[in-house]
Amino acid sequence: MAISEATIDSMIANLDIPTSMLETLREDAIKVGVSKKELEDIIAKVNENYEYACVEPCEAVGVVSAQSIGEPGTQMTMRTFHYAGVAEINVTLGLPRLIEIVDARKQPSTPMMTIALEEEYATDRDKARHLAWEIEATHIEHLADVTTDLANMHLIIDLHEKTLKYRSLTADEIADKLREEMDVMVTISNDIQNQIILTPNAPSYRELLQLAKKIHNVTLKGIEGIKRVVIRKDGDEYTLYTEGSQLKNVLQIEGVDTTRTYTNNIGEIYEVFGIEAARNGIITEANNTLAEQGLTVDIRHIMLVSDIMCSDGEVKQIGRHGISGEKASVFARAAFEVTVNHLLDAGMRGDYDKLNGVTENIIVGQPIKLGTGDVHLISK
Amino acid sequence: MRKFSLLDHELIPKHEIMSEDELKSVLNQYKIGKEQLPKIKDDDPIIQEIGAQVGEVVKITRNSQTAGEAYYYRLVIM
Repeated sequence: MAISEATIDSMIANLDIPTSMLETLREDAIKVGVSKKELEDIIAKVNENYEYACVEPCEAVGVVSAQSIGEPGTQMTMRTFHYAGVAEINVTLGLPRLIEIVDARKQPSTPMMTIALEEEYATDRDKARHLAWEIEATHIEHLADVTTDLANMHLIIDLHEKTLKYRSLTADEIADKLREEMDVMVTISNDIQNQIILTPNAPSYRELLQLAKKIHNVTLKGIEGIKRVVIRKDGDEYTLYTEGSQLKNVLQIEGVDTTRTYTNNIGEIYEVFGIEAARNGIITEANNTLAEQGLTVDIRHIMLVSDIMCSDGEVKQIGRHGISGEKASVFARAAFEVTVNHLLDAGMRGDYDKLNGVTENIIVGQPIKLGTGDVHLISK
Repeated sequence: MRKFSLLDHELIPKHEIMSEDELKSVLNQYKIGKEQLPKIKDDDPIIQEIGAQVGEVVKITRNSQTAGEAYYYRLVIM
C-alpha cells in the first residue's frame, strides 16, 4: 500500500543527509509508490550508505586530492601548449591553464569574457552588434589611414567613411576625443571630407613622430583592453565573447546582463564579485580545463583545492607565496622549497616547531597524526 | 553609474549576517571558536553590499554540485 506524499515528506524531513540526496529519495519514493515499512527500510539503507561514503575522521583528504588531480595532470603534459578556439578566440588550455589557476595569477595569459545580454538585446542581432561596438576598443588604425606630412608638419588622418558609419562614429566625435586625450591642435579639414589634421605643439620632427606614435594608443570608442568582440548565437540568444577582460567596465554598459556575465580571470572575479564568486570561478575553470582534455576528476577534489585557496578571504596560490609558504611549521616549509633559507631564518629568529603537522613528524621520524595515528587512549 | 545588485549574479551565493544565537549553535555544533572559521575581508564587495561589520559572521548558502545546498560560514575581518 503506497503512502501519501505528505507522509513521505514528514518521514524524510529530519534526516541528516544532503538536500540533493533527499530530493532524489523523495522523487523516487513518490514515483515507485512505497509502503511505510519499505520506506523505513530504504531510509535505513540510505543512511547506512551515506555514512559509509562520508570521509572518515583523520582521513588525509588533501593528499587524496593532490594525487587525484596530479595523476590526470601527468597525462595532460603530453598534449600541452596548444590552443583551441571558442568562437575564433584563442584560450590557453591544458596544463598551462591549470597551473595558471592554482598559481592564482593576477592576469591570465588569455583573458576572455562571456557577456550575456539582456532580453531586448539578446534577440536582436543589430542591437547586439551595436553593443559589441560599444565594448570593443576602437583605435585609429581601425578607422583611418594616418600619414605624416613632413613638409607642413602635420599629421593627416583620412577616415574611412564606410567604417565610420558601420561603427556609428562621426568625424566630429573622433576630433573631440583626440582633443581630450592628446592635448594638441586638432582641426577638421574644410576641403576634404572626413579628414582630420593634427598639428604638434612645437614644429619639430621629434614632436611630430612622437605624435604619430601616440595616436595609435588612444582608445576612441569602447573599453580599453578589450581587443576583440565576437558575436555568437547560443541557443536562441546572442552572446558576446571578448578577447581581453574588463569586468567592472563591461557591467556598467546598458544592455549587459549583470547576472550571467562571466570572465575567466579569477583575480577580476574576486575584485568585482568577492571571494565566494572567486571560489566558484576556480572550480568552474579548473573543472572545464580538465574536462576539455577528456579527464574527469571528482569535483570534490577541486572544491577542496578551491576552498583552501579562498579560506582566508583572498585568493592565495598553492605554492611558495601562498598556502605552502604560510604553514606554521618551519620543517614543513623547508621541505617544500628553498630549504636552506627557511632553516636559516628560523634559526636566527629562534622559532619553535610544535610538530603538529604531517611533514615535520615524518622528518623527525615520529608517527604522523593521520588515520589511526591520531587516535589516543585517555584513561579516566 | 549603473546600479545593480551583485547578489543576483549566478556565481555569487546567498550571504546573510548571522544572529548571535544562530552563531552560538553553529560554533557549539563544531566545537570551535569563531576565529577558527574561514575569513572574508570587510572590503569584499558582497560584505559592502550587505553591510556586515568586522567581527560578525556571515552565513553563505552555496549551491553545491554534490550536496545540493551547503552552508558555509565566514568571519568578517579587516
